[in-house]
Amino acid sequence: MSSSPSEQPTPGNVRYEMRDGGCLWVHLAGDWDIRGPTPEAVFPTKALKDAQSLQFDTSTLGEWDTRLLAFLDTLSRLAQDEQVKVALDDLPPGARRLLRMASAVPEYEATDDDRFAKPMAALGQRVLANASAARDMVTFLGETANSCWRLATGRAQIRWRDVGEVIVSSGPSALPIVTLISFLVGLILAFVGAIQLRMFGAELYVADLVGIGVIREMGAIMVGVVMAGRTGAAFAAELGTMQVNEEIDALRTMSVSPTDFLVLPRLIGLTLMMPFLCVYADLMGTLGGLFVGVTMLELGPMQYYIETKAAVGVSDFVIGVVMSLVFGALISFSGCYRGMRCGRSSADVGRATTASVVTSIVLLVIATAVITYVCDVLGV
Amino acid sequence: MSDEAHITVENLTMAYDDMVVQRDLSFVIGRGDIFVVMGGSGCGKSTLLRHLIGLKAPQHGRVLYGDTSFWDAPTPVRDRLMEQAGVLYQSGALWTSMTLTDNVALPLREHTRLKEREIREIVSFKLALVGLRGFEDFYPAEISGGMRKRAGLARAIALDPEILLFDEPSAGLDPISARRLDDLILELRDSLGATVVVVTHELASIFAIGSNSVFLDAEAKTMTAQGPPTELLANPPNDQVHQFLTRGERENATATT
Repeated sequence: MSSSPSEQPTPGNVRYEMRDGGCLWVHLAGDWDIRGPTPEAVFPTKALKDAQSLQFDTSTLGEWDTRLLAFLDTLSRLAQDEQVKVALDDLPPGARRLLRMASAVPEYEATDDDRFAKPMAALGQRVLANASAARDMVTFLGETANSCWRLATGRAQIRWRDVGEVIVSSGPSALPIVTLISFLVGLILAFVGAIQLRMFGAELYVADLVGIGVIREMGAIMVGVVMAGRTGAAFAAELGTMQVNEEIDALRTMSVSPTDFLVLPRLIGLTLMMPFLCVYADLMGTLGGLFVGVTMLELGPMQYYIETKAAVGVSDFVIGVVMSLVFGALISFSGCYRGMRCGRSSADVGRATTASVVTSIVLLVIATAVITYVCDVLGV
Repeated sequence: MSDEAHITVENLTMAYDDMVVQRDLSFVIGRGDIFVVMGGSGCGKSTLLRHLIGLKAPQHGRVLYGDTSFWDAPTPVRDRLMEQAGVLYQSGALWTSMTLTDNVALPLREHTRLKEREIREIVSFKLALVGLRGFEDFYPAEISGGMRKRAGLARAIALDPEILLFDEPSAGLDPISARRLDDLILELRDSLGATVVVVTHELASIFAIGSNSVFLDAEAKTMTAQGPPTELLANPPNDQVHQFLTRGERENATATT
């Protein structure tokens, strides 16, 4: 792509010369290479106003590539704005053809003004978007409830294999992380309690503290947080990617309800597994407390066990398990909701995943507060 | 077209772990060629392209750019070789979180020291070349699939590459856009002096632009023909090539008469 190859690149430059009859000559010289030095190129904005036509002189032009073409392209567009005729004939044939090709399709004029919305309009749009998002969430809740009803009446389009897969991925596969987290939480509770209780020689009550704390509240909450980050996020990413790949559209066009087919298995699988994980976390948390009790407070394991048994009532255990059930439903709901409402780009999948974890944890905390208050009122 | 070899493939065997896709591929792509890789679905055309652009290492054999063996070269040399190549992926592969301008400008910003004003001019020109002037500030999600593909082409040619590789360029385009793309490929070859490798099974394109080609057979797991497509049509070396290039139609025609 050269008219006269030269070893040392000379920076490209352009000179304008007005000749008779309003003919503006453009003298192109030097090398115009995108990896070479910057050419001295200015646009003859003033001269174009007086010019009738544009002629090119390339007798001293060196190497050239896109850099020259982009310059000429901008120049000829400026010229066209001023109704100046551009004679491309004196350009190298390759450049001439590419420039013609570039102007073959007319410029698309964006008619859509709200791409560049004003601040006030943007604010209004955000409010409206939030309102419609809220409505959308309720709609999704309704669709899910409908699906559940169809499931109860045996009409849901659900693949039980999928439920099994969700059970495996959100149940047994989650055990290691649940073990670690709940053991450590039990341990931490015991530590914090021990420091206070030791001051009046009531070390034994660490068992009560850990027992009630873990079994009634923390077990379920910790499992909830772990599953929100682990499985809820996975749901959102999975469904979001399916949305991007038009897999969800494919289900719709085959009149298979995506809610039945995709949301129900996840909802059922995770909600079923949560109580089991919660019981397991209760056990692990208590073991964490026991570990501190035995190694630090010199309590006997049997003594610790008896104290825990005395302190923790059936109602504490039941409340924890019920809470975990609620959490399971909330986490799978927000994961699926964010995934199903994902946009069409890879960035949207990331956003959906983040939003799912945030939504899950917010819902989880709100639910804990509500359940705790209700239990207090009911006196359980 | 010249006789100078630009890309040489020697005894290339491609495999995913134990599953051999194609073996013993040897061919030469001349400088300025428009080289068509053809073959039925699943015969390993795209895999071959992945070997040519350095995304996948061959199990055996070599890929040479000029005299440099790509996979034996150190990473900096490979990077430099790849900088000279522009790739158009099957569905455009635009970065969805960036506008078209940012997509096309990324290679310019990374590999040149151009000023922002010049980058904008070049981007606008490249988009105009593919018929997308005016779409600079759009996101890939806001334009159609065919437009995304053309924007992908604008990005591939951002740095005036010496080698242009196309994976199914006309799939998903309407006939007129496909034809325009063919014209553009020819034009880029002529004016940039680029070597073009096209993976396709679009017959119209193959005959319109292909100056040389290789036919990959899925069952034989190797290449069964090479040469200019029009010559292969005139003297098909085997049945598969003949059926492929005639869409199996002549066969049916003789069967019914």
